[in-house]
Amino acid sequence: MSETVQDVSALIINKLLANPKVPRDITGSSKIVEDLAFDSLAVMNFVMEIEDELDVSVPLDRLAEIRTIDDLAECIVSLKKGS
Amino acid sequence: MSIFDKFRGVERRLAELQAAGGRNPFAVVIERPLSSTVGIIEGRETLLFGTNNYLGLSQSPRAVEAAIEAVRARGVGTTGSRIANGTQSLHEQLEQHIASFFHQKHCMVFSTGYQANLGMISTLAGKGDYLLLDADSHASIYDASRLGHAQVIRFRHNDPDDLQKRLNRIKDEPGAKLVVVEGIYSMTGNVVPMAEMAAVKRETGATLLVDEAHSFGVLGPNGRGVAEAAGVESDVDFVVGTFSKSLGTVGGYCVSNHPELELVRLHCRPYMFTASLPPEVIAATMAALDDMQAQPQLRSQLMDNAARFHAGLNGLGLTTGQTVSPVVGVVLETIPEAIMLWNTLLSLGLYVNLSLPPATPDHHPLLRCSVMATHTSEQIDRAVEIFREALSRLPAAA
Repeated sequence: MSETVQDVSALIINKLLANPKVPRDITGSSKIVEDLAFDSLAVMNFVMEIEDELDVSVPLDRLAEIRTIDDLAECIVSLKKGS
Repeated sequence: MSIFDKFRGVERRLAELQAAGGRNPFAVVIERPLSSTVGIIEGRETLLFGTNNYLGLSQSPRAVEAAIEAVRARGVGTTGSRIANGTQSLHEQLEQHIASFFHQKHCMVFSTGYQANLGMISTLAGKGDYLLLDADSHASIYDASRLGHAQVIRFRHNDPDDLQKRLNRIKDEPGAKLVVVEGIYSMTGNVVPMAEMAAVKRETGATLLVDEAHSFGVLGPNGRGVAEAAGVESDVDFVVGTFSKSLGTVGGYCVSNHPELELVRLHCRPYMFTASLPPEVIAATMAALDDMQAQPQLRSQLMDNAARFHAGLNGLGLTTGQTVSPVVGVVLETIPEAIMLWNTLLSLGLYVNLSLPPATPDHHPLLRCSVMATHTSEQIDRAVEIFREALSRLPAAA
């Protein structure tokens, strides 16, 4: 099955909303560090959960380029396509 | 916009820390060590339970004499890097000494343990390769991952199944895979499940590097670390470690049976472009290694002391790491509680390390303690008693 960026973005948002500290009004364009107040360790730990959910590994160097939830979703979709 | 704007957040947090406890926990000065276990801090005799000096060898008379002799004979520095003018016969002797201790053919000595990890990992895992790191890795390992050009993948802390899963995801990718684990994790004292990690290495064909910084001289029948303790030394491709803990000096090393380690010397920037260890440090390190080998009872004393301290803290209802090791991380719930407790401990004459998130796993603050072979039972009991006293002084809401 191939997920779209929208599917993955929705999955990430759902996962984030399970954390009561995350603002309720997040969207795909929310910035992970600024809007969610995640520090570097929290980002890496959260991405690990998403990786397991979607059976994909996001290398840390790719993570450095990611700012929004949609960026993360796009990165995961491209990794799953093998690029 | 100032170039210093990026530091304002830390400036604010430091001010809050000092306001909450009265001290800057990152600027504690040990005015003078009286022995390996007691130092003068703020003019008071203070029990040292946070110095990583596991065998007490920073005060080894044999190492002191060797350093003095080396300084008199050779001067105080080399003024050069290993590949330029900074290699003396002592460097080669030390490398032979360390290689022989580990029963390995090759050794590279670095100027610090940090540089050993930084250099080895960033050089071995190159462009197109994969570097697999434990999530709770030391900063030197994370920094190595940024200096090098490999794709970096984290696996869950001390979880060989998770490592295997992540290696399986990239099994068809062409690059080499370097797995890095630590013998004892420096914040929590957790010991790596080494036999299981070695099994994953065998099954997947990955290259395995073990950082024995906190386990060298501590674990294994001969002090060679966690790989010796688990009986899997032949599965480990590279052992990295430091002289600044069990041997009480400074410097780092990597040992291996791979002859290519000699080629790493010519690719490894943190080795090539820094001054080499000075003669007195090398002489003291070799003497401390002799001391360590001549006194295997130091290791059993250390583990007995670790068990006593661990049990004492658990007896007070404090949460510590999963395994008994000389690193005892007391896990606390809130940062204000950790700050108050740390300050009270120091005022009562006990020095431990305050570790705050995000430098700690799971967002919990830690009071990181390290036990020594040279602590007496009375000193350990006294340290536990100081913890009891400090806990009783915490306000209920902290």
